[in-house]
Amino acid sequence: MLYSEKVMDHFRNPRNVGKIEDADGVGEVGNAKCGDIMKIYIKVEDGIISDVKFNTFGCGSAIASSSMATEMIKGKPIEDALALSNKAVVEALDGLPPVKLHCSVLAEEAVRAAVKDYYDRNGIEYDKELFKEGETPHCEG
Amino acid sequence: MRYVYADNAATTKMSESALKVMIENLEEEYGNPSSLHTVGQKAAVKLQNARNQVAACLGAKPNEIYFTSGGSEADNQAILTAAAIGAKKGKKHLISLAIEHHAVLHTLERMKKQGFEVTLLDVGEKGIVSVDAVRAAIRPDTALVTIMFANNEIGTIQPIAEIGELCREKGVIFHTDAVQAVGHLAIDVEAMKIDMLSLSGHKFHGPKGVGALYVRKGIPVTNLIEGGAQERGKRAGTENIPAIVAMAAAMEEACAKIDENSAYVSALRDRLIEGLSKIPHSRLNGDAKKRLPGNVNFVFEGIEGESLLLLLDDKGIAASSGSACTSGSLDPSHVLLAIGLPHEVAHGSLRLTLCEYNTEEEVDYIVKTVPEIVAYLRDMSPVWEGLVKGESDYVIQ
Repeated sequence: MLYSEKVMDHFRNPRNVGKIEDADGVGEVGNAKCGDIMKIYIKVEDGIISDVKFNTFGCGSAIASSSMATEMIKGKPIEDALALSNKAVVEALDGLPPVKLHCSVLAEEAVRAAVKDYYDRNGIEYDKELFKEGETPHCEG
Repeated sequence: MRYVYADNAATTKMSESALKVMIENLEEEYGNPSSLHTVGQKAAVKLQNARNQVAACLGAKPNEIYFTSGGSEADNQAILTAAAIGAKKGKKHLISLAIEHHAVLHTLERMKKQGFEVTLLDVGEKGIVSVDAVRAAIRPDTALVTIMFANNEIGTIQPIAEIGELCREKGVIFHTDAVQAVGHLAIDVEAMKIDMLSLSGHKFHGPKGVGALYVRKGIPVTNLIEGGAQERGKRAGTENIPAIVAMAAAMEEACAKIDENSAYVSALRDRLIEGLSKIPHSRLNGDAKKRLPGNVNFVFEGIEGESLLLLLDDKGIAASSGSACTSGSLDPSHVLLAIGLPHEVAHGSLRLTLCEYNTEEEVDYIVKTVPEIVAYLRDMSPVWEGLVKGESDYVIQ
């Protein structure tokens, strides 16, 4: 089997699918040419991510990574969401095949993009260094 | 659970008769055909009979058939053979199609490194090359024209007889990768003026790991494997007799029923195409009529093929896709890109390939299931949202 049982579970029964119309932050990464796009919506209350939803266009591991990443940040302080690494997503999914690792990178980037959007909307100061462009572009879009 | 196998272009289930022949051979005719004793000679007779059967299905002579490990080996051997003949005469130009199987494309790449020039012809949006394009590409130094009989992804059938006629007239060797066509389309190498042809046993209900190369008498074959006198010194190694006899049995069966199967499977195919065409923003790839009896290939905008395949499998439908995610590379299928599909759309492709074991009821189940999964994935897709809202343009109108 290409994927672990965890990946298949999150692919078959993705958690937090959908949109948040009055989201406090929205992050979209990837592009259709490369075959994956992730869009993550967050709702923030008192510095806590009170709700999170996602829409994803992509392969099984892209959907599973989105689902797992949203689960991992839901109900957590926003700083924890920022600290979410693709490695943590992969570990939580019991691994991804090497050719699919970029899906977890995309999930990490989508979460960060949503947080950045939240900071920008609310005029919250942040360290620009935290949001430097990802170093692993997987497709020459 | 119900399981609909609709991936017959990938491989087929063995026919009962081929399986029986294979087991009998393994149990009772285990001799080495190179041995002089009774059990060896019994195997030699079986091997010869299989060669006769395969040749008869193609309109060839038995000594024009070389058994190989499959279609890929046959493609490699055909190209190396023509290249060696060409090189002796200073002819180092090879012609092929952009949509060929990688067994052909990668071998051509290898020939490039050895100083050959390769022309890959376009096939247009229908996926069919024009004979005029082939004519225009042929030069005095052309050593080989290699054009697949039918495409493995989009099923389009090339004008093989016309290209054969042209190549014979120009004195250029003509090879065709007929892996997807043998057993499904009528083939006569004499009438179609084919000099070399590759075939694979497991595409017509024979076993895997066996195939054949037809080479017209008089063309000196280059061998890839040294070490013995098998296959008239052109392919060393003890023959895979159980697979060879089973392939021959399957091929004879398929060729005997070719008209009947073609009519039945084409009707299933057209029913499936009609059903899937109702999905909005979908498109059939390839030509609607000049295609293999069992081949259906669609793209659905706004979704990605691998997710579709995995969910179809959960519903008991085995299919295939040309999306990048399923190819193990970052690019979607070279065939879909060659017929002009943008990357964005090529990721959402679905190939369903039927055979005579499929039923109308199974086709109806696919027609019911695919739209449900496409709708579910589109609902989850941020791309689809933009398309629906008119924020981005539909590629498929």
